[in-house]
Amino acid sequence: MTAEPVLAVEDLTVTLGTRRGPARAVAGVDWSVAPGRTLALVGESGSGKTMSVLAATGLAPRTARVTGRVRLLGEDLTALPPQRRRVLRGRHVGFVFQDPSTSLNPVLTVGRQVTEAAEEHLGLTRRQARDRAVELLELVGIPSAARRVDEYPHQFSGGMRQRVVIAMALACDPALLIADEPTTALDVTTQAQIVELVAGLQERMGTAVVWITHDLGVVAGVADTVAVMYGGRIVEHGPVDDVFAAPGHPYTRALLAARPRPGHRDADLPAIQGSPPSPLDLPAGCAFWPRCPVRGDARCEHELPPLTEVGPAHRVRTFYPSPPTGEDR
Amino acid sequence: MSRFILRRLLQSAVVLLGVTLVVFLLLQLVPGDPVRVALGTRFDPQTYEALRSRAGLDRPLLTQYLSYVGNALTGDLGVSFRSGQPVTTIVLERLPATLSLALTAVLIAVLIALPLGVLAAVRNGSALDHAARVFSQFGVSVPDFWMGIMGILLFAGVLGWLPPSGYVALTDDPAGWLSHVLLPAATIGLVTASILTRFIRSSVLEVLSADHVRTAEAKGLRGRVVVLRHVLRNALIPVVTVVAVQLASLLGGVIVVEVLFAWPGIGRLTYDAVQARDYPVLQGAVLLVAALFLVMNLLVDILYARLDPRIRVR
Repeated sequence: MTAEPVLAVEDLTVTLGTRRGPARAVAGVDWSVAPGRTLALVGESGSGKTMSVLAATGLAPRTARVTGRVRLLGEDLTALPPQRRRVLRGRHVGFVFQDPSTSLNPVLTVGRQVTEAAEEHLGLTRRQARDRAVELLELVGIPSAARRVDEYPHQFSGGMRQRVVIAMALACDPALLIADEPTTALDVTTQAQIVELVAGLQERMGTAVVWITHDLGVVAGVADTVAVMYGGRIVEHGPVDDVFAAPGHPYTRALLAARPRPGHRDADLPAIQGSPPSPLDLPAGCAFWPRCPVRGDARCEHELPPLTEVGPAHRVRTFYPSPPTGEDR
Repeated sequence: MSRFILRRLLQSAVVLLGVTLVVFLLLQLVPGDPVRVALGTRFDPQTYEALRSRAGLDRPLLTQYLSYVGNALTGDLGVSFRSGQPVTTIVLERLPATLSLALTAVLIAVLIALPLGVLAAVRNGSALDHAARVFSQFGVSVPDFWMGIMGILLFAGVLGWLPPSGYVALTDDPAGWLSHVLLPAATIGLVTASILTRFIRSSVLEVLSADHVRTAEAKGLRGRVVVLRHVLRNALIPVVTVVAVQLASLLGGVIVVEVLFAWPGIGRLTYDAVQARDYPVLQGAVLLVAALFLVMNLLVDILYARLDPRIRVR
């Protein structure tokens, strides 16, 4: 990673105030994404992947306490007043959220929603904005865009709605696109189309992408770098090919083993026993220890393993990294 | 759209017919003889019978009902037992008073509840939110007649700013109308505002946590734009119904407040008609209120379709 990263997060923690006490949703996370590259954040629900991105961009819920450093295009977001952070986010970061049936406003036309940000940040007039909306809808492959620009979200299918959301995210030519499980709510054929669309647009526009997902198939297809999160921490971080070829953390290995592959029946897939730790009560040691097949010693239970280098730019948070032979593949 | 309205009007006509039947039958069950009451101490059997047959009360029920409906279709709702005036005239005379009171009250309620409810939701848990809760608790629990009396004591008695009661037609003297309408309208408006504030607050809170509001925030829009363009428009859709129901029930007349402020509206008319067992007037008043309700409902449905593009009017 030579170029200045588009977004870099250092030692980010997010603590949510809940009725049952503070919940450590993100417990000290570092990652960055370089221009034009794709970082995949992988993990189960509740692992902190979405929360780390929302917190980094100032979208965490109001009850959340966020610490750490976040640099967007060289500016330290954490040091900026909220107003300025809002403008930077809107201008330079596009978001594609999980469920297009709820992430669009039902009472505004799609055209209006697509270019709202451009009106705000690029000073487009209503008329220019409309032309831009048609252009963007065409870009994301919506047929008869000039007519559909005045329609409402409910008049679009799920896949088409997600295309609208993508068009919306691209309205200001962002340097960074954040895709938060953008295919989860869609049917399988549409999923592939959306993944392809985003990858194609990224190539054309040189946008950096943070792709939040639990689908390792998508990771293999789109990402340059992957960060695997568990219990609010990164447990493995490295170039996607290296991580897939030689997963160093027992959790990553378990995830890769649980991936459906052609020729296997679903029943054959090994599931990871147990459930992830509660952010209300993170263990002192390795968060994965209770479910870990390696199940080391007392050290795992009481001491947090550091991120250790196991290959070029490939770091793993475990006392028992597997030999880099990829025996589990 | 026009087909929708036409169909709804036809439905409304059927409902109104049902209302006439129910009211007609209910009044038969009410104890007390209107003619006897009207004669009072001047009662003698011959006059009694003559009056009964003049009013058609000696005919079979079905005949009475059918002739009532038949006449109603031509705008003739009969004559008052008490004054002998046509009911249609009496009822319509009272309409402007009620209409102007109800609309002013709802206007006051919305002017208070909309900003208060929205701010309470946006600043959830703040001092303002708590103040709003106390306000609505107060408004819901304090009876309107007490609030009205306190208003009269303060603004008419101690301060002498406003007349204690009475009515001046808006068309005769707008300033006089305003000074007379303020106290009763504020009394009703405060109660309505309390209900509305709570409703608006919870509706806005619900929309605030919607995914599409996060999308709007992600776009880096100003907080004001997010609230006005993305939250309010969605949050107000259910509020419209509540406002309309409130308005409709106020159009039926607020009996206590109208009596308290000597406001010659439908509520007052209904009250007097019941006292005097003036069935034709009572029937006419109820019929008018039912018609107003139906019109309000139709307006709400049309408004809904305008506010929410997902609702298709067919």
